[in-house]
Amino acid sequence: MLQSAQAATGQESEESGFAQELLTFTLGAEEYAIDILKVQEIRGYDAVTTIANAPSFIKGVINLRGTIVPIVDLRIKFAVGVAEYTPFTVVIILNIGGRVVGMVVDAVSDVISLKPEQIRPAPDFASSVDTAYIMGLGALGERMLIVVDIERLMLSSEMALVDEAVQ
Amino acid sequence: MAIDMSQFYQVFFEEAAEHLASMEALLLAIDPGAPDPEEVNALFRAAHSIKGSSGTFGFQDMMEVTHILETMLDRVRKGEAPLTDDMVDASLVAGDVLKNLLAAHKGEESADREAAEAICHRLEALCRALDAPTASAPVSVPVPPATPVVAGRSDEPAGKGFDLHFVLAGPVAGWPAALANLVTELQGFGLVEVVAEAGEAQRECHLRILSDSADEPIRSVLDFVVDGASLRIEPLARKVDVEDAYGFFDDVGGGAVTDSWRSSDDAYGFFDPLPAPAAAAADDAYGFFDESEVASLLARQQAAEPYGFFTELPSLEASATPPSAPVQEETAYGFFEPVVPPPVEAPQSPSPVVVPVEPVVQPAAPAPKKVAPKAAGAGDSGSIRVSVEKVDQMINLVGELVITQAMLTQAASNVDPVLFERLINGLAQLERNTRDLQESVMSIRMMPISVVFSRFPRVVRDLSQKLGKHVELKTIGETTEMDKSLVERITDPLTHLVRNSLDHGLETPEKRRAAGKSETGTITLSAYHQSGNIVIEVGDDGAGLNRARILSKARERGMAVSDTMSDQDVWQLIMEPGFSTADQVTEVSGRGVGMDVVKKNISAMGGRIELDSMSGVGTRITVRLPLTLAILDGMSVGVGPETYIIPLGYVMESMQPERGMMKSVSGVERLIQVRGEYLPVVCLHEVFRIQGAITDWSRGIMVVLEADGQSAALFIDQLIGQHQVVIKSLEANYRRVPGVAGATIMGDGRVALILDVPMLVGMARRVMPAAA
Repeated sequence: MLQSAQAATGQESEESGFAQELLTFTLGAEEYAIDILKVQEIRGYDAVTTIANAPSFIKGVINLRGTIVPIVDLRIKFAVGVAEYTPFTVVIILNIGGRVVGMVVDAVSDVISLKPEQIRPAPDFASSVDTAYIMGLGALGERMLIVVDIERLMLSSEMALVDEAVQ
Repeated sequence: MAIDMSQFYQVFFEEAAEHLASMEALLLAIDPGAPDPEEVNALFRAAHSIKGSSGTFGFQDMMEVTHILETMLDRVRKGEAPLTDDMVDASLVAGDVLKNLLAAHKGEESADREAAEAICHRLEALCRALDAPTASAPVSVPVPPATPVVAGRSDEPAGKGFDLHFVLAGPVAGWPAALANLVTELQGFGLVEVVAEAGEAQRECHLRILSDSADEPIRSVLDFVVDGASLRIEPLARKVDVEDAYGFFDDVGGGAVTDSWRSSDDAYGFFDPLPAPAAAAADDAYGFFDESEVASLLARQQAAEPYGFFTELPSLEASATPPSAPVQEETAYGFFEPVVPPPVEAPQSPSPVVVPVEPVVQPAAPAPKKVAPKAAGAGDSGSIRVSVEKVDQMINLVGELVITQAMLTQAASNVDPVLFERLINGLAQLERNTRDLQESVMSIRMMPISVVFSRFPRVVRDLSQKLGKHVELKTIGETTEMDKSLVERITDPLTHLVRNSLDHGLETPEKRRAAGKSETGTITLSAYHQSGNIVIEVGDDGAGLNRARILSKARERGMAVSDTMSDQDVWQLIMEPGFSTADQVTEVSGRGVGMDVVKKNISAMGGRIELDSMSGVGTRITVRLPLTLAILDGMSVGVGPETYIIPLGYVMESMQPERGMMKSVSGVERLIQVRGEYLPVVCLHEVFRIQGAITDWSRGIMVVLEADGQSAALFIDQLIGQHQVVIKSLEANYRRVPGVAGATIMGDGRVALILDVPMLVGMARRVMPAAA
């Protein structure tokens, strides 16, 4: 299987010849992509219960079928787009190492598969997001996808989603 | 035998652990001077049960230890030997060794073979010591497992044996030892029983041996030690069996016992007649260990027939009754019921053995009949063993049900009560039922705290011996129930507290005498319920904490302390991390060894720890824990758009403040006068920075809260209602939030946060001086 797949692409990759399935979503005008295996579900934005003294990008917690799930607004965190909540606002529920976290995005676009060679390393540049969480920039025709290491981002102390002790 | 024994291992582990625990409890309670026969019997039964089941499951090492232990206890039980302190100690050590072996079999620890051997030798030595001086009554010497007599006794025409009458040669002083050697030697032939032993008055010995061997070899053994002319060897008469039919527990009469633990090697053990499985059956109310003595023979004869274990043998019971039934009644072992035909005789009467093969197909009928009396006999109310996960799953489901029910009630609150009368009645009914269901489900997880307390007699005994202190342990309120998960987690901190009290709290006997106290110190463990909490107290009547000492220590460590601090605050210092370092252990009141860890563990359980102490009078440590970790009674309150839950246990009262009640300090209104008391005010909307909340005192509500002996008033917008809420962890997916103890789901499906009242009250006290 593996060999035939590689033979078909005619490419040798230093890590893995497999194409990666990514879920893409938009924040403002930017397109982001995350590993689809980290996604548990996608749902609409509900009223949240705010948590006192939490950073502004943590909207609060919701009841997801009996589980208390914190909701992060990536638009606020990444300082892109307008953080408004309409019936069409989408929340991507992620399951990261057993922890369930929701993130608000502007829209979910599609699922694409990118081969490793289609992901270029991101150059160092100043942004509101630490480039350490950007795995690379995916090129898909005219589109540029920012491939985010969502697990690392969500568990980082910067997101303040987990206790120091847990990290 | 194609039964996979490993599937029963878990049952065995649990049972063995229970038996070991009860054995330990009995040993600690027993008074060696005047042992209660019932207690000795219970001890024996515990040892016997462990032996039986470990043999059954092929845990040879455990069986060997318990076998010797059992032999010793058996002697005591029959009144042949007095119970000594040494025996109690040895038995306790044996219990520890067995626990270790058990853990090793579970794969948790590595087995300490040396300790096992050491205790075997110690117990054997004790047994031998018994043989020598006493032994006027029949002495049973069981065959060690290694002896080569395994050869299938059941196919022999059996019943063979000899009565040996002889006079020992040599000096009188050497007789006991010579006899013991002789007995060991003769065990090579079969079971040996000393019927009458040579004493000074009486020169003649009378041994009885049950053996298939011819008399010649026996004679040749005896010739070495016996005055040849006096030797008489008589074939054993049948009546002997009847005489000797001590039923089940007698090692000699119960030759089958010896037999069957040998046979366990052959994996017939499951059908073992030993009382262990029977006792287990009584505990568990599982009928399937019901087995009569003879059934094991049956099992062995029908080795290929794996269904034997449901068999009951009424016919045999009847046939076997005359010799053994009276004995059983007398010894009150009735609940091990299956009647034992004299073991030696049994193989001779194969015909009834074959009969009960048919009942195999109808096990259900006889089984319950037997279980009932057994359960009663064991003094055990019928119980079933259920895995904790199942119970937890049930609790979760009931929790969801409570939420759904609340959701329905809320939805129905808007409908017209006249038009929908039946609906509303039905919902009220549902609410009652849900609450009852929830309560009974929660009670499944509740365990009496005696489970924890029962380990302390041992801890205290060992430690007081080591420290040379005289200590009496009192326990109060052992039946107080608490959640199982708490029981498990409280054990270590509590052990630590008890050890601390013993080590540092209580003085040495000399010091106590000098202080005019009785030499025996007292440690009191008590547990009781108080306003939705369980309170556990560890008290001692020792020297108490030394305030000056603690303060000076704290200053050395650069802590901010002052001489005017309240005692409570001073005592809290010893629970600061770093305060409890090793160099202080030996200091005057050096308590504080790992107290920070204890405190941390207890707060992790949602509990609090308090210290009271008076110099020269004693110290009392109070641990307050929530009754359960899963559900609490809460008051829902609104602040701005948000809803919060205040655990009801902390709420003293609530009121609408009037202008005049608010008092200001340096221009800031931060005190409220309630019934002559000034309470600090905490504004929830300030603490949580909530927009749109009421800021006018007279339009909001004050809730007076009490936690950790401190009160404060919490200012909120409105009271919403009172609910039972299921506590959900916020930390599972998020992190700890200061001021928030957890979260719950309200009737409308929204999340509400549960307030951490002690923290809020503490906040009022801390903020106050800064503000003033």
